[in-house]
Amino acid sequence: MPTFKDLFRGKQKYVTVPPKEKVAPKRDIPDGLWSKCTQCNNLLFNKEIERNLLVCPKCNFHYRVPARRRIEQLTDEGTFVELDPDLSPVDPLSFPGYKEKLAAAQHSLGLKEAVLTGTAKLEGIPIVLAVMDFDFIGGSMGSVVGEKITRAVEEALQRRFPLIIVSTSGGARMQEGILSLMQMAKTAAALGRLAEERVLYISVLTNPCTAGVMASFASLGDIIIAEPGALVAFAGPRVIEQTIREKLPPGSHRAEFLLEHGFIDLIVERKELKKTLGRLLRLHGMGGQATNGL
Amino acid sequence: MACNGVLDFEKPLVELEKRIEELKRFTAEKAIDFTEELQSLEKKAERLRQEIYQDLDPWQRVLLARHPKRPLALDYIPLIFEDFIELHGDRGFRDDKALIGGLAFLEGRPVTIVAEQKGKDTKENLYRNFGMPCPEGYRKALRLMKQAEKFGRPVISFIDTPGAFPGLQAEERGQAEAIARNLLEMSKLQVPIVAVVIGEGGSGGALAIGVGDRILMLENAVYSVISAEACAAILWRDASYAKEAAAALKLTAQDLLELGVIDEIIPEPLGGAHRGLEVTAKLIKEALVRHLNELSELSPQRLVARRYEKYRRMGRWQ
Ligand SMILES: [Zn+2]
Repeated sequence: MPTFKDLFRGKQKYVTVPPKEKVAPKRDIPDGLWSKCTQCNNLLFNKEIERNLLVCPKCNFHYRVPARRRIEQLTDEGTFVELDPDLSPVDPLSFPGYKEKLAAAQHSLGLKEAVLTGTAKLEGIPIVLAVMDFDFIGGSMGSVVGEKITRAVEEALQRRFPLIIVSTSGGARMQEGILSLMQMAKTAAALGRLAEERVLYISVLTNPCTAGVMASFASLGDIIIAEPGALVAFAGPRVIEQTIREKLPPGSHRAEFLLEHGFIDLIVERKELKKTLGRLLRLHGMGGQATNGL
Repeated sequence: MACNGVLDFEKPLVELEKRIEELKRFTAEKAIDFTEELQSLEKKAERLRQEIYQDLDPWQRVLLARHPKRPLALDYIPLIFEDFIELHGDRGFRDDKALIGGLAFLEGRPVTIVAEQKGKDTKENLYRNFGMPCPEGYRKALRLMKQAEKFGRPVISFIDTPGAFPGLQAEERGQAEAIARNLLEMSKLQVPIVAVVIGEGGSGGALAIGVGDRILMLENAVYSVISAEACAAILWRDASYAKEAAAALKLTAQDLLELGVIDEIIPEPLGGAHRGLEVTAKLIKEALVRHLNELSELSPQRLVARRYEKYRRMGRWQ
């Protein structure tokens, strides 16, 4: 019995499939009828989970959402227009195995990089949207992720559309070395300009969101939202346990922990996310008055 | 790697230098003339010094950057600046000893200094948290940088950290937010910022005080997105491949200059900064004065615009 995770996540964090091998391009569509929740072990209909936005209907575990699926969940049908669809990573350091890793991720996921950006409408309100995909080399930020995020910020600035970034990432991409680190400065600087022009930026943190992305654009939203239970941290629990051997209390590093300590504004369940974003946009004077029974 | 403050690859040289010292002492005490022998030994030592240090590989530079005798920010500060006064605290939680700051004159010009500070021995390192700042350290740095902006003086930043502290306490106080905030605020600070990587530039923990108009690096300093050991553990599932990882990461000053991430390499005496603190301090000072003179020609708007453009261009893609 394949677990739910296998069916929806596609491959593990570091894709090992060689590029030539045939891989089903639609990694997120399960072919079986049933699967088993990795969290509560309940047997579930795949269609039921699908309809529930990839959230377990039994235990409410929020599974990772592939970027394209997330865009479908958040935008009005047919309104997403991708920005910079052809921007592709290179191997600036000739880093061992990087080219192969990129090719494998691109081939198995049908993505050029770990983020999709574009303009769209959300409940009729025009927005600029960036959505990261964790399955692409752990959602890591190299030059292209940094550049696409920065261009998305510039698009929002130029059009004066609100910016929404849905982040999920293991951090800066090791294989592009210091150039990845510099993307943190680049994206933060761009958001500094956006803030000066008083354009709204809502950051949505999804499981997991850590390290270099968390320590740059993901933490700089005017409003920061997280999905329930999402691992959100600078240094994840494993890093802490390995480097300083500190014992961690249960629930540390989760969205609820961050809410408690004052670093995010609210936790929103996936099924409420689009509606909540719509409310927040309207509260910033977009799309007219409240219409959905606040 | 290092025992009694000596790295493995330095050992033959250090032993020879010890013999020379002994011989000199013997000469003085017993009044026997060893001039010829000394000359030949000195020549041999010089040759050895060239051999060992001329062509260091990236991993050896990592070891030099972490050398137990390597000068730290507080060693350089009194040699570069006059009248340094340390200022403390983030005004929110506590004073972070891993990140210090204050005011001083640089050739008569008032400046704000922020610096990551390691310790020299275990006791000092415990006090300094091994140079790993907590959020309140970065917030102290930001407070002092905003103060510098308010009073129109440049900021000089010394980078030397294995990384931002990765502990639960740091998470509770928002390590990620503190770093992110500094990146944003430093990108638009209306006074010149010159950063110098003097030892280890450990990822986000270094960048959090490392966004500036000019980034300088000591010859044997390193600056990387991840430590060579952690990279090796991920890539080869074995931290003992750190040597290979150090080469792959392109983390030396020369690499970073070629990648356009830093602006200048400040040379060190042969064998590293610890073999000549005064001369290294003098070279840092000369570079700082020269860059600040250039930057002070620019209006604040022009300065910030140029800084933005510099970071805007970072990265490679197709
Ligand atoms: Zn479940």
